[in-house]
Amino acid sequence: MTTLSAVARRARWWNHARVRRIGAYVFAGIVVALVTGPGGSEGHYSNGLRHGLLAPRVIPFIVGGLVVWAAVELGGRQLYRVRPLVTTVVSGSQRRWQSPVVRLVSYGLLLVVAIVYPMHISEFWRVVAANEIAIYVLLAIGLNVVIGFAGLLDLGYIAFFAIGAYATAYFTGRLPIHAPFTLNPFLVIPLAIGLALISGVILGFPTLRLRGDYLAIVTLGFGEIVYEFAKNQQGITTGSAGVFNIPHFSIHLLDINYDWGLPSLPYYYVSLGFIVVVMFLFSRLENSRVGRAWTAIREDEVAAAATGVATLKYKLMAFAIGASTSGLAGVLFASKVGSITPDAFTLQYSILVLVLVIFGGMGSIAGVALGAAVLTWLPELLRTHVNPQNRFIYFGMLIIIMMIFRPQGLLPSRRRAREIRFAEAGLEGADALGPTPGSGLTS
Amino acid sequence: MCFTQSFWALLVSGIENGSIYALVALGYTLVYGVLHLINFAHSEVFMSGAFGGLFVVDAVVGGPPSSGLSSAGLIALGTIAGAFFGAVAAFVLERVAYRPLRRRNAPPLAFLISAIGASFFLYNLAGKEFGTNPISVPQIYDEHPWFHLFGAPVLNTYVIIVVVALTMLVALDRVITRTRLGRGIRAVAQDAETASLLGVDIDRVIVTTFVLGGLLGGAGGFLYGMAINVSFNMGFIPGLKAFTAAVLGGIGNVRGAVVGGFLLGIVESLGVSCVSSSWQNTIAFSVLVVVLMFRPTGILGERLGRAA
Repeated sequence: MTTLSAVARRARWWNHARVRRIGAYVFAGIVVALVTGPGGSEGHYSNGLRHGLLAPRVIPFIVGGLVVWAAVELGGRQLYRVRPLVTTVVSGSQRRWQSPVVRLVSYGLLLVVAIVYPMHISEFWRVVAANEIAIYVLLAIGLNVVIGFAGLLDLGYIAFFAIGAYATAYFTGRLPIHAPFTLNPFLVIPLAIGLALISGVILGFPTLRLRGDYLAIVTLGFGEIVYEFAKNQQGITTGSAGVFNIPHFSIHLLDINYDWGLPSLPYYYVSLGFIVVVMFLFSRLENSRVGRAWTAIREDEVAAAATGVATLKYKLMAFAIGASTSGLAGVLFASKVGSITPDAFTLQYSILVLVLVIFGGMGSIAGVALGAAVLTWLPELLRTHVNPQNRFIYFGMLIIIMMIFRPQGLLPSRRRAREIRFAEAGLEGADALGPTPGSGLTS
Repeated sequence: MCFTQSFWALLVSGIENGSIYALVALGYTLVYGVLHLINFAHSEVFMSGAFGGLFVVDAVVGGPPSSGLSSAGLIALGTIAGAFFGAVAAFVLERVAYRPLRRRNAPPLAFLISAIGASFFLYNLAGKEFGTNPISVPQIYDEHPWFHLFGAPVLNTYVIIVVVALTMLVALDRVITRTRLGRGIRAVAQDAETASLLGVDIDRVIVTTFVLGGLLGGAGGFLYGMAINVSFNMGFIPGLKAFTAAVLGGIGNVRGAVVGGFLLGIVESLGVSCVSSSWQNTIAFSVLVVVLMFRPTGILGERLGRAA
């Protein structure tokens, strides 16, 4: 009797899966209405909701959600017919991409574009290229080692950036506490890398002995502590007032005297040089013994440990390499911009770098670099249309959408994409975080 | 230099903070129990509850509190509203950020990233919608010391928060240990596969777990907002500390989360008197690192598979 009524209940039209999905589409429409709607920072706190959600402007969004539902659910079959065509084209281009000649030529062309193109753009875009794109690309390539190669999650990544930046201020004598000697920012680079590396090891060692997911929350806390230290310890870091007049790079070697002044282009080239070197080193690392150890840890940590891979050592190594790249970027940033405030080192920016890595495709160096460049450039391009403050909202949405529909990223590494596919089929792992959630495996 | 303020006053404020940490820590521990996953977006559940309670109380309250009875009613209303909005946020979160990944059997890293994305999204959306300035909840009762404990004044705010929190904690403990629903949660935490073979609807259990965590977290959010104020970034630090409390007590262990919450609140409060108050968060964070180094399974033990 009960089963019969259950069947009858299931057969009602509103219990149809297709109909029940209407709710999801309408919900998505309302979310889009909220995100694109007016903010409520002025006047009463409820103004944002009142004008964004309880106003006639929400109706077109709900209707839009219904239209998309109808298009997908009722006309979806046509879409599925297009899909094999798309996959054929994409996999074809991927096969060509595997050829080393094609890859080398493409990288060469990209590098030429990266060198020549900024010579022909306005100063505004040069500033964007030097202050933002180059720095974020470097940061993303570093974080890719942690997330993409080792399969760990680092949420306090920007703290190492802060360490690099404040180290620059310290060793160039711009902090209230004075270093025993002052240095050219160029010479701070190895020191900053070393400091970031050491703090990475100190933070990672107690944490990485445990499950990988603890690293995420410990780094989250660490990021907050570094931020609060920078903000609250006026006597050491000048607090929220910030540090100013950090000297520019300069070279005084024999007869060569060159000073990187205010123009952005020379800085851009220095950063580009570092990016190319780091990308080269990391791609060598990826295909080395270390890189294979990371792959083994991602795919099956227990088996890796059993076959003699020192898992803690390699995880720590990835974490420290990521941290030191961040420290390097911190030096470049501090020296280029010349002033730093604690607000440049909040959690927001750690997650921003995470978005850049996810978007391009974790594990794929070229994908991450391109993705980071595009995602940093886009908000600047749309500056007049979208409030730059709101980019974080869109990025948050982007992460969830990527994780649902394309976790491997736009230009994935083949190995990583395959791992995710295999992990979803229940065959092996795709990160160093332990068993799959809700899989019923209690280890 | 330590305890200059008087030990008892510090203890009282530690217990007050601790009861809120305990409420929020339960959200982490419950979800961890069934999914083996840190729910990074739980701090935004806390924030949603605070805003929900704020909106409802603001809509209802007219002027200054007229009588003790109406104050009690408003506090109860705000707490219930906070719990409701927290539960809604947790429910939507499970549906949007977790369930699609669970369907695909995605690797854990994807879950963590998706949760971080959801948290980032909600946090920034709240900042845009409600403005970035802290908002104070309308005064719904007269704040005054209720009695003295060894000379230390105990504000009625403290008493309200601790009583409400304890009531909810006991209620949750009853639900987990005594009801059919709680048995389902424990079964899934112990062995999801077997539980589903024996007829437990895993999806339903997971949703209910999120909703239970959301109820407690949202109520905690309102209480916290009532005592301090409500803002878009209010969830981050309490969330981090509540997670610390959950690990301290043994993550996955319901009673452990409560013990961890109170303990962390007290340690933090007493610790602050020894160093400057700007180190308060550093103390909590150091507790986390020390616990992870020396007793990663927490005080009561990480009873994975036994949520109660």
